[in-house]
Amino acid sequence: MATVMPKKKRSLLQGNEAIALGALAAGCRFFAGYPITPASEISEVLSAQMPQVGGTFIQMEDEIASMGAIIGASIAGVKSMTATSGPGFSLMQENIGYACITETPCVVVNVMRGGGSTGLPTCPGQGDVMQARWGTHGDNPIIVLAVSTVTDCFDITVRAFNLSEKYRIPVVLLSDEVVSHTRETVIFPSPQDIEIVDRITPSVPPEWYVPYENNSTGIPDMAAFGAGYRYHITGLVHDERGFPTQHPEEIKIFTNRLFRKLAQGLHEIQIVKTFMMNDADVAVIAYGSVTRSAQRAVVDARSKGTKAGLLQLITLFPFPERLVDKVLKQCKRVLVPEMNMGQIYREVQRVNQGKTDVKKYNRIDGQFITPDEILGELLLEE
Amino acid sequence: MPKEITKLIHKYLRHDKKFPHVWCPGCGNGVILGSLIRAIDRLGLTKDEIVLASGIGCSGRMPVYVDFNTLHTTHGRALTFATGIKLAKPSLTVITVMGDGDATAIGGNHFIHAARRNVNLTAIIINNQIYGMTGGQFSPTTPYGSHAATAPYGHIEHAFSIAELAVTAGAAFVGRGTVYHVQILDKLIKAAVLKRGFSVVEIISNCHIQFGRRNEMGNPVTMMEWMRDNSVTVEKAEKMPSEDLEDKFTIGILADEEKPIYTEEYDKIRERAGD
Repeated sequence: MATVMPKKKRSLLQGNEAIALGALAAGCRFFAGYPITPASEISEVLSAQMPQVGGTFIQMEDEIASMGAIIGASIAGVKSMTATSGPGFSLMQENIGYACITETPCVVVNVMRGGGSTGLPTCPGQGDVMQARWGTHGDNPIIVLAVSTVTDCFDITVRAFNLSEKYRIPVVLLSDEVVSHTRETVIFPSPQDIEIVDRITPSVPPEWYVPYENNSTGIPDMAAFGAGYRYHITGLVHDERGFPTQHPEEIKIFTNRLFRKLAQGLHEIQIVKTFMMNDADVAVIAYGSVTRSAQRAVVDARSKGTKAGLLQLITLFPFPERLVDKVLKQCKRVLVPEMNMGQIYREVQRVNQGKTDVKKYNRIDGQFITPDEILGELLLEE
Repeated sequence: MPKEITKLIHKYLRHDKKFPHVWCPGCGNGVILGSLIRAIDRLGLTKDEIVLASGIGCSGRMPVYVDFNTLHTTHGRALTFATGIKLAKPSLTVITVMGDGDATAIGGNHFIHAARRNVNLTAIIINNQIYGMTGGQFSPTTPYGSHAATAPYGHIEHAFSIAELAVTAGAAFVGRGTVYHVQILDKLIKAAVLKRGFSVVEIISNCHIQFGRRNEMGNPVTMMEWMRDNSVTVEKAEKMPSEDLEDKFTIGILADEEKPIYTEEYDKIRERAGD
């Protein structure tokens, strides 16, 4: 699918609107969703714009169905997406696992709200980070990205589709109530500057097609249903032909390949941004909307003589261990502020292994972490 | 079985798939698969344009044996995947096969909404009144008073009538058959696949292993005799008093309506949106 860019060069947009426009730019032509705060605007924008570009929008009966529908559309060869928040994300886990095991590209947006269960529908939170990684049962790898600005919402949504298509894997895009409901000016890249990746489809004749081939990249070519390559897709562990298997050798080959295909692509899957890190000896590691406050806090700390820097994690999983490790080796203190009780903090500590002083800062009261709070933590021991 | 019919079925089986199949000897699923193949063959559809999607359970294993675009999805969700496929590629003929528990317990919500939405799909629902694969637990169609692995003292819930549920939910075409009345079944499946709109065929089948055994219904042959003796055609049923129809299966076409099809309606949306 060709890219469809917004008509204007720049727009004042809400994060959710930018996610919708990013999806269209990436070539997404199928969206299925179910209403939920604070993600509903993504559905609303796409209900208007999908039919304008020849795509399809459908509101399903629940999030389980939405997830099933986008997998179906992707199997038929169309890039697809759904969007939800925590409660809906819980319902999607079953079919997210199906997309992992069947290696069906799709993008799942979770605009995180506060609290567990029905929680705090109109407040921000970052409590779904580990659910995004481990929410579905079994031991499947998945890609999780997090956005912090409205511009990110556009750009990273395109990246999410590209990674999903290239690696044949569902990509979870984590936004939060702050990013999704903030309005900022987005300057769109020109169409020739946008990289669009489409899945590789088989070029061999149908009788030579091996749908789950254990090839060198670990990523088999993907035929769309109806393209003349008749094959079987199942959520059962399958052999290279797609048929269910219980042979330990075949199970091992299959499961190892799922991990191998990501391990071979970490250089482009693991995306981070650094800010004032060159000479920093104190660092903040942040993601999502907290990055916004962290950036300001770093500038303020510098004006007070503290050599602070920021590592923004865009890719949360596969966790960017080497890039985090570099910061841990460089800095005498690292702060991990999050709107949860320390989910990425534990990942950072796992990499740290006692190398440096890592502190967490957490808010779970449905309120945004302010720059002053982070600044206070940065200056605490100066 | 006449040679031509065996030959016809072999034309659609996957020769690189390891047989034998997982179904118990005497299972009604084989009769239904044969009927489905004959319907597709008579309609002259090519293998490439057929998608056969299933959920979980004994019925869920049907797609793997046949040489179509086949999809074995999650429990109860076959219709949601089928909806995505059909909307993304309306030229495909998308058929789902589900069991009674699959379609009306865990998938009940998807089932009624698919009927209401009227996407051009065919839903074949094999009703053997029990969860067979997991060992004979009661399903939404297990009759009141009968026995199941999780109803050892008799079942105290009341059964869904799948075909009537589909009619009420708005399905464009609804038929009911049994694995005993194979010629009627062939016609029902053919009509359902041909139907423009959401079509449902409920098929009464025998699970002599998990349902029949617990309820003293005997072997596959005696269960088929039970289907023969307890089925009434729609035409006959119209002339019978309702009290005579209790505990009977009405077989034939229960609904056949012309309704706007989702994909065609959506084409109009695209025009309105200025595609």
